[in-house]
Amino acid sequence: MYATGKYTSRGPALIPRMKTKHRIYYITLFSVVLLGLIATGMFQFWPHSIESTADWTIEKRSVHDAPLIHLPVSSPIPERGDLSCRMHTCFDVYRCGYNPKNRIKVYIYPLQKFVDELGVPISSTGLSREYNDLLSAISDSDFYTDDVTRACLFIPSIDVLNQNSLRIRETAQAFAMLPRWDKGMNHLLFNMLPGGPPDYNTALDVPRDRALLAGGGFSTWTYRQGYDVSIPVYSPLSADVELPERQPGPRRYFILSSQTAIHREYRGELERLKEENGEALLLLDKCTNLSQGAASARKRCYKGQVYDYPQILQESSFCVVLRGARLGQAALSDVLQAGCVPIILADSYILPFSEVLDWKRASVVIPEEKLSEMYSILKSIPHRQVEEMQRQARWFWEAYFSSMKAIGLTTLQIINDRIYPYAARTYEQWNNPPVVKWASVNSPLFLPLIPPRAPGFTAVVLTYDRVESLFRVITEISKVPSLAKLLVVWNNQNKSPPEGNLKKFKCPECTAIDGLSLDQTHMVERSECINKFASVFGTMPLKVVEHRADPVLYKDDFPEKLKSFPNIGSL
Amino acid sequence: MQAKKRYLILLSAGASLVLLFYLGGVELPAARSRHDRSRHGYRPDQPWPHFSDPLQPLLAWDHTDTEEYNLHVSPRQKRDVNTSVYKGKRCRMDSCFDFGLCQRNGFKVYVYPQQKGEKISESYQNILSTIEGSRFYTSDPGQACLFVLSLDTLDRDQLSPQYVHNLKTKIQNLPLWNDGRNHLIFNLYSGTWPDYTEDLGFDIGQAMLAKASISTENFRANFDVSIPLFSKEHPRTGGDRGFLKYNSIPPFRKYMLVFKGKRYLTGIGSDTRNALYHVHNAEDVVLLTTCKHGKDWQKHKDARCDKDNAEYDKYDYKEMLHNSTFCLVPRGRRLGSFRFLEALQAACVPVMLSNGWALPFSEIIDWNTAAVIGDERLLLQIPTTVRSIHQDKILSLRQQTQFLWEAYFSSVEKIVLTTLEIIQDRVQEHGSRSSLMWNSHPGGLFTLPQYSAYLGDFPFFYATLGIKPLPKFTAVIHAVSPLVSQSQPILKLLVSVGKSQYCAQIVVLWNCDKPLPAKHRWPATSVPVIVIEGENKVMSSRFLPYDTIVTDAVLSLDEDTVLSTTEVDFAFTVWQSFPERIVGYPARSHFWDSNKERWGYTSKWTNDYSMVLTGAAIYHRYYHHLYTNYLPTSLKSMVDQLANCEDILMNFLVSAVTKLPPIKVTQKKQYKETMMGQVGVSINLKTFPNLLFSSGSSRASRWADPDHFAQRQTCMNKFASWFGAMPLVHSQMRLDPVLFKDQVSILRKKYRDIERL
Repeated sequence: MYATGKYTSRGPALIPRMKTKHRIYYITLFSVVLLGLIATGMFQFWPHSIESTADWTIEKRSVHDAPLIHLPVSSPIPERGDLSCRMHTCFDVYRCGYNPKNRIKVYIYPLQKFVDELGVPISSTGLSREYNDLLSAISDSDFYTDDVTRACLFIPSIDVLNQNSLRIRETAQAFAMLPRWDKGMNHLLFNMLPGGPPDYNTALDVPRDRALLAGGGFSTWTYRQGYDVSIPVYSPLSADVELPERQPGPRRYFILSSQTAIHREYRGELERLKEENGEALLLLDKCTNLSQGAASARKRCYKGQVYDYPQILQESSFCVVLRGARLGQAALSDVLQAGCVPIILADSYILPFSEVLDWKRASVVIPEEKLSEMYSILKSIPHRQVEEMQRQARWFWEAYFSSMKAIGLTTLQIINDRIYPYAARTYEQWNNPPVVKWASVNSPLFLPLIPPRAPGFTAVVLTYDRVESLFRVITEISKVPSLAKLLVVWNNQNKSPPEGNLKKFKCPECTAIDGLSLDQTHMVERSECINKFASVFGTMPLKVVEHRADPVLYKDDFPEKLKSFPNIGSL
Repeated sequence: MQAKKRYLILLSAGASLVLLFYLGGVELPAARSRHDRSRHGYRPDQPWPHFSDPLQPLLAWDHTDTEEYNLHVSPRQKRDVNTSVYKGKRCRMDSCFDFGLCQRNGFKVYVYPQQKGEKISESYQNILSTIEGSRFYTSDPGQACLFVLSLDTLDRDQLSPQYVHNLKTKIQNLPLWNDGRNHLIFNLYSGTWPDYTEDLGFDIGQAMLAKASISTENFRANFDVSIPLFSKEHPRTGGDRGFLKYNSIPPFRKYMLVFKGKRYLTGIGSDTRNALYHVHNAEDVVLLTTCKHGKDWQKHKDARCDKDNAEYDKYDYKEMLHNSTFCLVPRGRRLGSFRFLEALQAACVPVMLSNGWALPFSEIIDWNTAAVIGDERLLLQIPTTVRSIHQDKILSLRQQTQFLWEAYFSSVEKIVLTTLEIIQDRVQEHGSRSSLMWNSHPGGLFTLPQYSAYLGDFPFFYATLGIKPLPKFTAVIHAVSPLVSQSQPILKLLVSVGKSQYCAQIVVLWNCDKPLPAKHRWPATSVPVIVIEGENKVMSSRFLPYDTIVTDAVLSLDEDTVLSTTEVDFAFTVWQSFPERIVGYPARSHFWDSNKERWGYTSKWTNDYSMVLTGAAIYHRYYHHLYTNYLPTSLKSMVDQLANCEDILMNFLVSAVTKLPPIKVTQKKQYKETMMGQVGVSINLKTFPNLLFSSGSSRASRWADPDHFAQRQTCMNKFASWFGAMPLVHSQMRLDPVLFKDQVSILRKKYRDIERL
């Protein structure tokens, strides 16, 4: 309005000899056009801010507003899932294409509610809190695209994290109804609790064609290496309990077993170990005197003594993570969070994110059969290694286990690394905790090579205007047989370098004294530099040594003419 | 005038309106449709909404606690079911391997005796003799954990002359076959024209495969081992080093990407090579194919053949290989090709174009650090992809090719030992190598997990982990002569070493036939002195990994070594900077004697050295473990019989591991050459009155013995032949204290005693 008013007032000056009637007509027309342009511009350039503020109020309503989709009984069912699927056979890489950022684009299907013909939903729980967290984390990430045509990976909004709450056949039918399903190509499903009684399959039982599965609890027989992603079973305690990071070191107990649903055969063996090793072992179980519920999940008992869980995990060096009916256990997450080294007893289990994480540095894997030898196996591990494992365990939790966001984005990064392997994250990036990243030194020239003299070296001489000393340097250095090239960097903008034959040039104002290093302010400046650099690096990267390299026969009582470098130190 | 302006204004207004519709018109309908859909709550092009209603958690709080259903199936039964169900293509260590056989005697490998009349190819013979010469070998099948056939299974191409017939029956008749359980079968070629299947043509039962060109579909993860395809000429031991002699920065070479090879006009594996010409630009991307191979290539010849063949002949393969940044490794008939190892050795970063190939040793090698894994489907993107790789990354990829080549591929021996070590790691799960041990220098074959699974216990990973070795050493004094006088050098040595601020303890290894002297005869020191009586009094026992050595550093000493506390202190501070190398005082050198065509040993005063005697040297205690467990009995017993050369062998070992020379530090007293008249420069004895090895001790006589010197020459050559190459490296550098012999006051010098005579 303000802009319009301005134009109105300026009108006469702009259109001087126009009739008032016409003038008003044009001015109105102009204003309309201008307003329209402004509005369009706003719409064009800030569409998200405008829409989203409006949308949050609409969308925030409820999951119950999701559209209802009826599945006909005869609706097609996907195939069971092909064990031979690999990225080059079951994944359409053309959808990802060349991408200068080397980042895959992930599309999330909008939430729908699938029901069968009788109106019974396919899932007893619907969208779980965890799956919602996962999807919102992905949609907030760099991976996300809202453009289905540009997507490389598709994530259904059908929650299959827990197979127990699903109707297998109907869920499969729902997958097949997804508009871009196309035999499950480039679709990623997340599942943490696979299988069901009595035999507990180690992968999701829902038929899923060629879809990739990010599953918790894969065994070596169901895991399609390089195709599926093995993920952790999320522990709700991650979000609810804050365990401060503890310094690595010895703990009150050596081994702690805190799981409550341990099979009696294994509990028997653990009890025998406890008898043999006494106090070093703490063998906890659920508290019988407490009622079920959230409170009881946070308590463990041993002979009437009550312990807080998961806090007690921080009191032990090693913590048992034994398989249950399923291979993947949420306890693994709690144990890592506590900085306790997991002892994993789950034969054929594919450890979470094992494609990129080096579990040998964070855990001890013992065959179930050797449970009884656990104590002696662990005793043989040196203290320093236990400490490294404790630190590593905690780091794995923080980076990859601590939230559904961490789990989801790690999964996507692993798939991303497969599609752009030349831009993949390195072993160090995946496995080194920040403290190691800071402290470690990795030379870009890491291959132990002793280069031959053949290519020689390039001398780079920096000079300002002390031409005489420059000449002296040039004369001396050009005698060196391995000199390949000499480069003089003239660092004086006020003066051009001496031309022609350098050797004939005489410099009257040059002084022969190397005065700089004697100057007190010079030293102070250099000290300041060192402090500044150290603060930028965040640490002092320089190391002090007490040795100096000399030729083998340096200053030895030996004929000078037989020495390779007789002139060194003979100034 | 007025009309003109009016038209002008009208025109501009019209233009603005058009603009308005252009901008708005595209957007508005979309926005409208969005609103339409939003009425149904169906918004596909929106980020995931933030739902306000309380959602159910994945697990009820008490869910895990009530997993009672878990309790009725016995886990033991469950394990038994697994082992009986998963056979054949689904074999895994858990189901097809008997760990029990390995528990009794450790990881021992049995090779079937060779049967008369059975032809064995040279390559397979190399494999078998490598196993027989390795520390894993056992000749007793009762002790074995792993069995290797003496029947040649390398070439299972029926059309090949090497093909062994009736293998099926021959194998079934082996009494120890046991359906292939705990057997390892080596194979390089399987299947034949036209489909080249991965079937070996006989029932392998529950045996593991160590196979080249294996596909991910057939590869049984953590059960089979994918090995590289190697040629008949591949050396049995040693092997050529990588071609990279120095790093150039920027790392670009003349060509960006090259390939030269056959083109298959029809059949399996032809697609990719047939399409290469699309990417060829005859400048920095040179991809050449020839149709000329096989008998009847003319029959299948296509329109491009003549042109391709002509272009092919213009370039020299070797020249291209050595002058290219990247080398394309497309699949051949089978997934693997010789191009792979060739590129690796040439420091030409392999660009893999072989979809579904389980890359060699992919179980342990992180190939992303040394190769570019391309996708055959995206061939046309390959040039863009390799051009996008940053030069820092190229520098790193190239160095890694050289590391991997020398660590695992340069000889048949390395390929076979790597295969065996991978399997051993599976068998001893809690004592296995981490990925870092396999993928960084010096590699898994030199990093034995039986010593420790902790990276910080090895001398190689301090920098990577950002940690330092323990600032203490253990002195190990090798005593061979009886204690008769209180002025014997060993007693002085004990005192001066014990005074070092870095000394944690002194171990005296009593390898003398006379009984141990009484406790009171040892001088009093501030550090504990532990006397170990050598059981068989052999030379190698000085390098045994004694449990009493708890420090990372070992100061190895002869009983007659003369060292001052200052010298020891200085050498130790130097070692802290070079924990993977030998740091010591007297140095020796090797040379190639071209007249005798053998290696020579010299103790003359030269301007370089390649060995530091272990009579006075500091090194990491891991080398005790490596000396004892890595080296073959043949070499160790040679040392013991001669009572000589143990120091040479240790230097060979450490240089083979580090690829670097040892480090000589300066010492106070000049060391006199006792091998007078043997070699080189004559030394005036009067110039060197202070001898490191004082006369009179039994050791000195050992050094004066002319046989002693000749033995050392023999040792060198024997060792070099076992290592397959000369691992020693020359150095011209000696490390001195910073102000050593500088013209400053001696009082300002920390290690002033070293200069004083």
